[in-house]
Amino acid sequence: MQTVKDALREIRRYPSAIAGLFIIFLLVIVSIYAMITIPYREAITLWRGGEGVWRHLPRTVPPAWINHFRSQKLPETIVLDSRKGAAERQESPLGDGKTITLFYTFDYQADDFPREINIFFETSFKERSPFASIKWYTPDGREISITDIGLRTGSSSFRFNQDDKLIRRIRRQIGDVPVEVGLFVAPNPGENPRPLKGTYQVKIQVTAFDPETHLDAELVVYGKVYGAAGTDHLRRDLRIALLWGAPVALAFGLLAAAGTTITTMIIAAIGVWFSGLVDSLIQRITEVVMMLPLLPILIMVGTFYSRSIWVILGVTILLNIFGSGIKTYRAVFMQVRESPYVEAAQAYGAGDWRIIFRYLVPRIVPMLIPNLVTMIPTYVFLEASLAVLGLGDPVLPTWGKVIQDAVAHGAPYKALYYWVLEPAMLLMVTGLGFAMLGFSLDRIFNPRLREM
Amino acid sequence: MREGEPVLRAEDLVLYFVTTKGVVQAVDKVSLSIPHNQAIVVLGESGCGKSSLARAILRLLPRNVYRYSGKVYLDGRDVMELDEESFAREVRWVSISLVPQAAMNALNPVLKVGDQVAEPAILHLGVSKEEAWGMARKMFSYVGVPEGFLQRYPFELSGGMRQRVAIAMALITMPSLIILDEPTSALDVLTQASIMNTLKQIKQEMPISYMLITHDIATSSDLVEHVAVMYAGQIVEVSAADLFFKQPLHPYSRKLLAAVPRLYEKRALEFIPGRPPSLLNPPTGCRFADRCPSRFERCEQEPPTLSVDGHLVKCWLYAS
Amino acid sequence: MNDYCPVPEIVPGVPEDLLLSVQNVRVWFELRRFGLGVAGYVRAVDGVNFDLRRGEAIAIVGESGCGKSSLMRTILGLHRPREGRILFDGRDISHFSRKELCWYRTRVGYIQQDPYGALPPFMSTQALLEEPLIVARMQDRHQRVERIHKALEEVKMTPVEDFLSKFPHQLSGGQQQRVVIARAILMDPQLLVADEPVSMLDASVRVEILTLLRELQERHRLSVMYITHDLSTVRYFSERIFVMYAGKVVEKGPVDDLIYNPQHPYTWALLAAIPEPDAENAKRFRKVPPGEPPSLIRPPSACRFHPRCERMMAGLCDIQEPPEFEVDPHHQVACWLYQ
Repeated sequence: MQTVKDALREIRRYPSAIAGLFIIFLLVIVSIYAMITIPYREAITLWRGGEGVWRHLPRTVPPAWINHFRSQKLPETIVLDSRKGAAERQESPLGDGKTITLFYTFDYQADDFPREINIFFETSFKERSPFASIKWYTPDGREISITDIGLRTGSSSFRFNQDDKLIRRIRRQIGDVPVEVGLFVAPNPGENPRPLKGTYQVKIQVTAFDPETHLDAELVVYGKVYGAAGTDHLRRDLRIALLWGAPVALAFGLLAAAGTTITTMIIAAIGVWFSGLVDSLIQRITEVVMMLPLLPILIMVGTFYSRSIWVILGVTILLNIFGSGIKTYRAVFMQVRESPYVEAAQAYGAGDWRIIFRYLVPRIVPMLIPNLVTMIPTYVFLEASLAVLGLGDPVLPTWGKVIQDAVAHGAPYKALYYWVLEPAMLLMVTGLGFAMLGFSLDRIFNPRLREM
Repeated sequence: MREGEPVLRAEDLVLYFVTTKGVVQAVDKVSLSIPHNQAIVVLGESGCGKSSLARAILRLLPRNVYRYSGKVYLDGRDVMELDEESFAREVRWVSISLVPQAAMNALNPVLKVGDQVAEPAILHLGVSKEEAWGMARKMFSYVGVPEGFLQRYPFELSGGMRQRVAIAMALITMPSLIILDEPTSALDVLTQASIMNTLKQIKQEMPISYMLITHDIATSSDLVEHVAVMYAGQIVEVSAADLFFKQPLHPYSRKLLAAVPRLYEKRALEFIPGRPPSLLNPPTGCRFADRCPSRFERCEQEPPTLSVDGHLVKCWLYAS
Repeated sequence: MNDYCPVPEIVPGVPEDLLLSVQNVRVWFELRRFGLGVAGYVRAVDGVNFDLRRGEAIAIVGESGCGKSSLMRTILGLHRPREGRILFDGRDISHFSRKELCWYRTRVGYIQQDPYGALPPFMSTQALLEEPLIVARMQDRHQRVERIHKALEEVKMTPVEDFLSKFPHQLSGGQQQRVVIARAILMDPQLLVADEPVSMLDASVRVEILTLLRELQERHRLSVMYITHDLSTVRYFSERIFVMYAGKVVEKGPVDDLIYNPQHPYTWALLAAIPEPDAENAKRFRKVPPGEPPSLIRPPSACRFHPRCERMMAGLCDIQEPPEFEVDPHHQVACWLYQ
């Protein structure tokens, strides 16, 4: 259409519009990327977490790139999986069974101690459970005995910081420090212990009573940073939520804004054209609905009925259709209705619907488009607000949900700023992009607002 | 007729605007003069720059002015030299006022008509509200609106009445010159005649001059003693009315006159083919050349303004 | 021209060459109080009679508020008369339903006063000219394009291709009005209703458009209803004039007759108010009837012009409404002076 081409040409003259478009373009790219690399089903499953999905990730740690800004580097997670050949394996028969020895070696150069250390076992055997003896070897040649335990069949885990004996042993041998610190430091550390840098080794010696025993173990030394976005309290990689939040925000914002604005416009046009009873009815309904408070109603719907994002979207659109937009569009339509070309159309026999959609509505499109674009951030923030209030969609990973989790787990008080700032920044940038574009569009489509 | 210093004399007045498409040469070296207590009409079609001329004289300039120069002598005094504040204080609406185009639709709908007429007196003459209302009452009698209408709102008045109110607003400060931009074009023929009568009456009773701006030749003859024809930002002919309406000189003036439908003569109407040039990039040479039936080679150069038999004409046909 | 619409029945007894017959038409608008209940009526047209033959051009002259616009809208089928009937080509269209009017709409072309407002600003010339054809169910695109080409050629907008893609704001006033005229003649109408078609155009362009309309009328033997307040253009365009005042026709007759021999005092006033370019005008005052046209809600009793009339005869003009008197053949006046 002619106006679209003209508009695009005009946009080039407004730096804020270009900036806005650029931001929106980035968001769209991110959304597409999110939807391609992590398909929807996978995203939902990942987000739900559950048994073992995130077990390699440390809990609530900031993103890895903050190490660039730190003089003292925080450790990253080290994962050594015997299934992937990260351990030296030795098997030798012993009596009726055998011994399996797994040797793990890793180099530790960080300036800070790991968050936790776990070993995950995958065992299968027939009769008697195998017996594992775990030993720790520091770079300065000390050996620390970790534990001696029996292994159950299937998956099991040994968590270093949950074993009382180990905790007490460390306290005796090293000092009054947690396990993760004690294993990485020389005895009697002072006030500010620093980890010993160098090569560490872990030996898991398993005595199996069953020659068919099968054993795999995974050593995870959890770091204090992770990935591009950090993790949350359920060890989930925040990248999932931040990436997927983009398409959800865009879709919700766009659908809500478009659905509301277009429907409002059509209803206003119908009311103005048919006037009389139809118009009065629409106006009265509008006046009543305008008085209804949106957020409390959404809260009630979310609490008592359903938190599904489609339901919330539907109710939002429904309540906003009969909003103040109707009054504004009605005023404009009443003017347009008096245009001579509308009278001419009646004279050559155009029907009511043709007049409404072909002659009235196009006049309002220049007003509609900036309105629509400027309203998108409002709906994005609405969805986020609902999530923060705990009424977000239960399965979708959205920015609002991340903020809600963060606040619920005291992120601001625990200096876990990244948890709140990352989604907040994304929300703000989204809002900024659409606002800049919307206001520039306003100036483009309404020449009277231009400065000459 | 009084001779002597004219109430207004414009010399080489220039007003160009800058737009996204380029420079619009709306008023291009316009010179004209208006004697005391007489009226001149600036005749021209839409797009010739006549409304811009009014703004140039009153210094009602928008922000995208590109060039504004020339001299405007008000009673012998060059008012172009005045700074903005002095101009606003001494000239605008005090010596020269304006009845803008579609003034009757530009009245403030939420103010009483009396208030709107009194406002210029309060603002420019510094009189009190009671005094101003007294003056407004007098103005209403001049323009032929019953006194009771002072208390009414614009929507309660007919189009003709509203136009009279607009004239009263321009008159209340007793200026020497009133510029009227298309004062009667939206009105019925009887109302038109009546308002012209009113303007004539005011001119007889007060030492006031008019500059009428319109494209309606016939109506303008009701009021004016002098005619100036404007085409594409330039004045192409100036002469006394009785000379002009009988025998205009410039080919454009001739065509304009020939295009007026006559009630009592049945003759074929001529029209001018083509369109006036855009003021964005006016052609070099005579701007009317490509529509002129009498065009010849000399017209490729811009013609000078020549004085011929009491007319001022900008046309090579009259160069000796 | 269109086969889509049902063809209404012919009313018997109508002469063949009569295209339009307006009989005792009254058009009243209701004044509503708070949306319910009728507070009164605006009697826009209060008893108008005239006939229009095929191929004839008539002018309806009057000032704003005289009812000519309401009369015009009623003839166009946009409003129903309260009383009276309108016969077009032998059919009574005054009480047609929407569906029945369909047949009528392709036979009447409407040319409006504001050339820019009459065109949808967001449609190209081609698009807006296709609209009436689409509405008339002309399905074949080629046929539509052909018609549009023909119409634009008739209004002398050539080369046609140059103008098809232009939008209204890219055309001059005169060109816009030509497009309006093209739209009006698209369906080969029998009647053109032109409402002040040139009053918003520049002087030199007016002549062009009036000449064009005259040519179209002669070439296609169209009947034209030319509505204006500018009597001076009427001679170039019409054969008969009807002068309207306050909802009634006060004088009607052939153009020359009426202009050289006006009878009604209002017609005198109209003619006296028309200026010709003559420098002597500046030295004289024109004679203008005092006062203003009356409100159509409570029109004056009896003769509607009597409060402003210089020849008012007390006891007659203010008591009884004058009937029409025939002054010359085909020249009628509704004035007691000619009793």
